Amino acid sequence: MVSQETVNYIAGLARLHLAGAESEKFAKDLEAILHYVQKLDGLDVSVIKPTSHVLNVENVFRDDVIKPGLSQEQALAFSVENLNGGYKVPKVIE
Amino acid sequence: MNLFELTVHQILDQIKAGKISASSVLAEVSARAQTLNVKTNAFVRLFPSPEIKAGPCPVPIAIKDNICVKGELTTCGSKILKGFKPPYDAGVVDKIKASGGLILGSANMDEFAFGSSCETSAYGPTRNPWALDRVPGGSSGGSAAAVAAGQALWALGSDTGGSIRQPASFCGVVGLKPTYGRVSRYGLIAFGSSLDQIGPFTKDVTDSALLLNIICGFDERDSTSLNVPVPDYTKALVKDINGLKIGIPQEYFLDGIEPDVAAAVKAAIEVFKKQGAVVKHISLPHTEYAVATYYIVATAEASSNLARFDGVQYGLRAMPPNLRKSPLIDMYEETRARGFGDEAKRRIMLGTYVLSSGYYDAYYLRAQKVRTLIKQDFDKVFSDCDVILSPTSPTTAFRIGEKINDPLAMYLSDIFTIPANMAGIPAISVPCGFDRAGLPIGLQLMAKPFAEETLLRAAYAYEQNTPWHLERAVL
Amino acid sequence: MTTFETVIGLEVHLQLKTQTKIFCACRNEFGHAPNTHVCPVCLGLPGTLPVLNRQVLLDAMKVGLALNCQINDFVKFDRKNYFYPDLPKDYQISQYDFPIAKNGFLDVVSNGNKKRIGITRAHMEEDAGKLIHDAENACSLVDYNRTGTPLVEIVSEPDMRSAEEAYDYLTALKLTLSYLGVSDCDMEKGSLRCDANVSIRPVGQDKLGTKAELKNLNSFSAVKKAIEFEVGRQTGLILSGGSVVQETLLWDEAKGRTLSMRSKEQAHDYRYFPDPDLVPFTLDVAQIDRVKKDLPELPYAKLDRFMTAYKLNQYDAFILVQDPALADFFEACIKIYPDSKKLANWLNGPLMKELNERKKVFAQIKLLPLEMTELVRKVEDGVVSNLVGKDILGIVLSEGKSVESIIQEKGLAQVSDDTVLEKVVDEVLADNLKTVAEIKGGKTGALGFLVGQAMKKMQGKANPKKVNEILTRRLQND
Repeated sequence: MVSQETVNYIAGLARLHLAGAESEKFAKDLEAILHYVQKLDGLDVSVIKPTSHVLNVENVFRDDVIKPGLSQEQALAFSVENLNGGYKVPKVIE
Repeated sequence: MNLFELTVHQILDQIKAGKISASSVLAEVSARAQTLNVKTNAFVRLFPSPEIKAGPCPVPIAIKDNICVKGELTTCGSKILKGFKPPYDAGVVDKIKASGGLILGSANMDEFAFGSSCETSAYGPTRNPWALDRVPGGSSGGSAAAVAAGQALWALGSDTGGSIRQPASFCGVVGLKPTYGRVSRYGLIAFGSSLDQIGPFTKDVTDSALLLNIICGFDERDSTSLNVPVPDYTKALVKDINGLKIGIPQEYFLDGIEPDVAAAVKAAIEVFKKQGAVVKHISLPHTEYAVATYYIVATAEASSNLARFDGVQYGLRAMPPNLRKSPLIDMYEETRARGFGDEAKRRIMLGTYVLSSGYYDAYYLRAQKVRTLIKQDFDKVFSDCDVILSPTSPTTAFRIGEKINDPLAMYLSDIFTIPANMAGIPAISVPCGFDRAGLPIGLQLMAKPFAEETLLRAAYAYEQNTPWHLERAVL
Repeated sequence: MTTFETVIGLEVHLQLKTQTKIFCACRNEFGHAPNTHVCPVCLGLPGTLPVLNRQVLLDAMKVGLALNCQINDFVKFDRKNYFYPDLPKDYQISQYDFPIAKNGFLDVVSNGNKKRIGITRAHMEEDAGKLIHDAENACSLVDYNRTGTPLVEIVSEPDMRSAEEAYDYLTALKLTLSYLGVSDCDMEKGSLRCDANVSIRPVGQDKLGTKAELKNLNSFSAVKKAIEFEVGRQTGLILSGGSVVQETLLWDEAKGRTLSMRSKEQAHDYRYFPDPDLVPFTLDVAQIDRVKKDLPELPYAKLDRFMTAYKLNQYDAFILVQDPALADFFEACIKIYPDSKKLANWLNGPLMKELNERKKVFAQIKLLPLEMTELVRKVEDGVVSNLVGKDILGIVLSEGKSVESIIQEKGLAQVSDDTVLEKVVDEVLADNLKTVAEIKGGKTGALGFLVGQAMKKMQGKANPKKVNEILTRRLQND
């Protein structure tokens, strides 16, 4: 059973604010999906290597050569808010 | 016949013959894109009329809303990318532009490609041109509907677990997912980075080969794009499939397939046999684990890929009315709560869960291992088979709203398309008939990595011996 | 009363000075206006993808090899997921279970003894941007210029037992790394950064105590002071019946104490997984051997060699190897002028003084081995005095002229002409009758005073040896 505590922990990690009945709803949804994926437990994978890349490609590099990027104006053109050349965000408290 | 009903190769022939001009094609298709959109909602936005430039393929194209077009809104069907105009073109957009392609606008999609019905878009659902109360499939539903409705001559979509093939099947058009690494992912807003691949929606197989010729090839900006030569795919368009070995996987013909779909696919097998193909019964024993594996791997990657939509740099930013935790954390949590729809939240939660401390081995690592088994199934079969044949989807287009509240049922509609993504192999969906309600049915063909030519040859031979690709939705 | 043992491990982040960033082609350089060295890739814009800079892998391999690590033949990148505004993708591309290097060590001289500090691992990762806190506008501003700067993180074993040892390890590490030429290794500029894991345990106990992670250590002395403070804090806590909580602490240099950062309350659940956007890398033995072969001679090997080959004492050799450019210069000079002790004295003494006054390192000045040895030779041959020689060195460095021409132009050559010197000695003897009487009375030590007087009259240009001889002779004969 996926507890609401777990759901709230996961939502915290994912930086999602869950309003009202949402944590209950997601607990139920997660429960159903996790129950479904439990079918994988029936397979013996102890000697199987994991696949994180489906093709056998290795050693893809870039040469250490400078190419033009964006100007400050271009970089801030899509910003929500900017100030003095920086992206403006709410005060970060350390 | 109206220009919008023609295939691209027919249009190009007519332009070459001097019968029509690129601008008249653009004008007619643009007008149709505009007027029909109130019915289909295939486009989330149309760009200002593109300028005609020199190039071999000056035809109107629809681009899925998750493929970046420089200076144009690119929003992934989501509120969270509100106002975002990328300062760069995706690799495929570079190539489309270089070929003279005319980008009409952004095609609708399930939010962040999370869905199989195009209903989770923040811009409202797209409707199936064959029956407006039905879904076009998803997630590239807008691209499929645009081609089926003649709102574009062809389109680009992306396929993570069937998002090109399933909507192609639902909308009666040809959809092809290339081999992973065949097409650059640069500028494709990622869902599941190890699965995503861009591919063409076209009216027939010849157009599919033509569009593949344009978009395939190495891109130094994508480490996972393969530096191997790209053949001229139109050379693969020959009708001769004598001796072609076609595998029929038993696991793809189980309960749950609609009878009309099963019948159409069986009839298709007969068409192949008649032309000299050798049909063999094969087994892909780990098929039943593919959906579960997919929903772990894809959501894990998605949870990380979508973290960047946080209100800091671009897109939506929201603050709660009262301070909850700290100004910064409140901004993150409120922006993401308001910017993402339910399905996006559900998948982010699932993906975060399977990667979180204490669960990684049980879920993510296990799924990566099962992925190996699924891939090995294909490796084995392809040692003695050229092509694997199956239905694209167990059903034809379902009604809008029918599955939206049952995530698991929705996930299972990708049961036949997901394995190709897990194994990185190319697959195509071609029209193979209609059900009793007049809805299109799709046939899926899969081949080994980089065997797109084999796929095209088989699909072309089938198409040229059947009438399905000539049918057009009437709107 | 229980006595405690301190256990310290250091995590050092080294910024590489490659031309471009780790995963994009932006210029890798600091000190520019905010957000001017950025591109869609390092800004983490949607759809963009990383491609590894070849040089980063090579440089990281050098670091691993210099620290006597095993280089993994299979290397991959992973995503470390956490939200922070200076991290545009909200994950950092780093390395988790297959880092570039592991199981190494560094030999450190601490308190006169050689001690081997284990290196757990070294891995590649991308640096984050910078947050600027704007108090006036009650907001923070983000600058992404630094985002994507290549880093190598070097994690030591918890092998250090005192703040002093940690300091010595860090010094030795910096020295070793500076030899590789892959980084500026400047703590003040942030190209070398250090976090310290500190715990204490009763002497004799095997199990490690609960550790605190110290951050914001911006200088070598801060590392030492922070650890000393933290050990005191932890000891006090345990002796008074409390216990240490595992947490991250910030060093406050002004207050001279560590402070808790509880506001970052989120648990460290980084959800590492292989980055699907980057392919794995395989390194073959031949490739690793090639890099190993091309490594420069490292400081401790050079130290040993200088002591045996040139018969230098440890003190002289140690100073010389602090700067590889200076050490090379020393070796170039010794081919021309073989007296190693005299050369070392000149390099470690007057030359070092000139460098310090100019606030420069050796690589930033122009000095040919031929000029340096010429100068030493002139002093040793008595052409110029030691004192004048030092002045000449300053002039060579400031004006770039040759030693010979400076001596000529300024008339600095030492006077050894007997007739001139005899005359000066006459004057000195006449002027200092009292001292002369004292010397004759047996107070021979006052002779030096008379030599000094003669030198003064000659503005330092008299050959002191000669003056001494003449004075001695005259005092005996008179």
